[in-house]
Amino acid sequence: MQKKNSLSIFLASLFLLFGLLLAGCTSEEAGSDDSGETEEESSTDDGGSEETSSGDEGSSSDSDSTLATVQDRGNLVLGGNSQLPGFGYVNSDGEYEGFDIDFGKAIAAAIFDDPEAIEVRPLSAQERFTALQTGEVDVLIRNTTWTTTRDTELGTNFAPTTFYDGQGIMVRRDSGIEALEDLAGARIGVETGTTTELNLADQFRKLGIEYEQVVFDDSDALVAAYEAGTVDAWTTDKSGLVSRQATLSEPDQHKILNEALSKEPLGPTVRQGDDQWFNIVKWVTFATIEAEELGITSENIDDFMDSEDPVVRRFLGVEGELGSMMGLPNDFAYRVIKHVGNYEEIYNRHLGPNTVFDLERGLNENWTNGGLLYSPPFR
Amino acid sequence: MNTNLNTDQSLEKTIEPPKSSLGVFGWLKKNLFSNWYNSILTIISVIALFYIVKGVFSFVFISAQWSVISENYRLFMVGQYTKAEIWRVWSCLGVVSLLFGLSAGIWKGTARHMSVLLSVILLIHMLVPFTSGTAKMWLGINIGIVVFGYFLAPFIPKNKIITIAGWFLSFPFTIFLLNGFGVFSTVKTNVWGGLLLTLLISVVAIVVSFPIGILLALGRTSNLPIVKYFCIAYIEIIRGVPLITVFFMAQLMIPLFLPEGLEINNVLRVMIGATLFTAAYMAENVRGGLQSIPSGQFEAAKAIGLNGPQAMTFIIMPQALRAIIPAIVGQSISMFKDTSLVAIVGLIDLLGIAQTVISNPDFLGRQMEVYMYIALLYWVIAYSMSYASRRMEKSLGVGER
Repeated sequence: MQKKNSLSIFLASLFLLFGLLLAGCTSEEAGSDDSGETEEESSTDDGGSEETSSGDEGSSSDSDSTLATVQDRGNLVLGGNSQLPGFGYVNSDGEYEGFDIDFGKAIAAAIFDDPEAIEVRPLSAQERFTALQTGEVDVLIRNTTWTTTRDTELGTNFAPTTFYDGQGIMVRRDSGIEALEDLAGARIGVETGTTTELNLADQFRKLGIEYEQVVFDDSDALVAAYEAGTVDAWTTDKSGLVSRQATLSEPDQHKILNEALSKEPLGPTVRQGDDQWFNIVKWVTFATIEAEELGITSENIDDFMDSEDPVVRRFLGVEGELGSMMGLPNDFAYRVIKHVGNYEEIYNRHLGPNTVFDLERGLNENWTNGGLLYSPPFR
Repeated sequence: MNTNLNTDQSLEKTIEPPKSSLGVFGWLKKNLFSNWYNSILTIISVIALFYIVKGVFSFVFISAQWSVISENYRLFMVGQYTKAEIWRVWSCLGVVSLLFGLSAGIWKGTARHMSVLLSVILLIHMLVPFTSGTAKMWLGINIGIVVFGYFLAPFIPKNKIITIAGWFLSFPFTIFLLNGFGVFSTVKTNVWGGLLLTLLISVVAIVVSFPIGILLALGRTSNLPIVKYFCIAYIEIIRGVPLITVFFMAQLMIPLFLPEGLEINNVLRVMIGATLFTAAYMAENVRGGLQSIPSGQFEAAKAIGLNGPQAMTFIIMPQALRAIIPAIVGQSISMFKDTSLVAIVGLIDLLGIAQTVISNPDFLGRQMEVYMYIALLYWVIAYSMSYASRRMEKSLGVGER
């Protein structure tokens, strides 16, 4: 009895120790969070160097407004992709770069006049919506397709589409395949578990074309199989096809069919329930599009400051109160264009002719050039 | 063939077994071409080996473009850790180097082997052309620290206790220095990455899971019903779930459960997940060790007047732990490799940074080089762990009863 008793005391004390250990682990982190927050409150526009944990912005100390939280924190937390060439990746200096990242920088420029006041939180496809809903990120710009389910059930709001993508098919030039109908009986490679797999099946069933589907676990294996000739064609989003084409051993020997199997409008996403923040993200995005239409670039923008055109004057905040209506300075569009550039500049920087992708604008042209990008008037 | 068999025997009383004197051709005939199907197998294997080796060599030395590694070297090592604060990582490495040196000076043997390995790795990085001048300086300092520690160790009083305490304190110190916690400017965990993050997660998982595992094992063998069934439930539930599920839980579900405003850092979430997962396996290893101890040991301990906890601490546990060193090391190595799963849940560990680097438009299509390099890194670390454990088993006499 004596032995059993002391053993139980021993065990109990060990468990107590174990509990303390765990508590110690968490309280250490919590303590650091606290110190970070108090410092945040004391200094606002400080590039956010004080903050400790990655994006503890759900704390919402004084109000529920995302804008207030972001301003208190001193930087924008952007949910992004770290693994999509051209859209979001880390360069050799360890900085995030890419088409999607630049729209995050545009929002930061509008709020802080500093495009670098962002913190990118790389998200996987699965966790992106959770991170947005729980407030871990302020805005999600991670090649996210706008769909009904996501817009309603997932509780997200989609800002204007920044990139109109669509699923395409790549074939060899010498195969003689010109259209989807020519693919009858072909072996088509596809990544498993993606919407591209389902779209392929949908489209070909609609057209009544028989084909042989070859599934791969990852895109590297898929491309390798295509190069080796194991499959006759392969499919993914057109932007992905183009970026991959550049890496093939003989890029000229391959082509992408004109037809699109699906619509993939990609754009920034915010939580539902904060209309002010939604408006900010929406109109910052429109500002890049409007600037291209007006011919304003980051280089010539200062020449437009004394323009007589009321449209330009309102847009740049020289007159009118457009910015303050959404809680921003009136010259927010000026800041965006000055620091990040208009849509064309952003596009060309990451996807345009001087990059390995050399992706045609296509649908992503301004409406004045026959594309789909159309900004409502700034007035 | 047998000319040298019976030469020097006049001096010896016992006749040594005849030396093999088959010669190259004899050996080949005996081992590779002993009959027709072995011969065919040999020829096929040689042809296959030739093509594999040729392919690997021509890739590694001719077609591979290793600039993707050298230009992103900092990313692979520390991820996006703030460039201006990189001295903290070096300082942490310095502490580890010192501890390696001291351990080598005190215990010699395995510790010395590991220190030599560390120095060689540092030296290689110092000699390769692509590391920067400051990096070379830090590397040189670190080699110096290892050597310094080695020669200093014998002259320190109570050096063993100091060194062991140093090893235990080194981890909190590392976390403190890397983060800053207000003393230095804070470097957020979201920029911790690369090999640094992989090592941090695996060290936490392995070291912290060990005591938890022992407690769970004791709990499972305990007579107290609540403790016992709690431990059984915990172990069986965790062992019935794949690690990736635990990580998804940590990354996706915990934030949803937590009240608004409270948020646990995502690196910490993953560390906790990995630790709790490993602890369940560790517990079963320890329980296996406990069961291998005959009950006579417990009775003998009682006979000399030790109470329960004393018997467990001084008699049973040391023997049990010694018996399960191979299992623990195996568990640690597999945990170290399993940390790569965090790349799926959005952390940029070694594998995550590899995937990020190959997404850089400047290095499109370079995935072979990158994956080969990180495979080599994983292998070097995993193999050093298994080497150290084999040496330790030998010196502790495991399996030599």
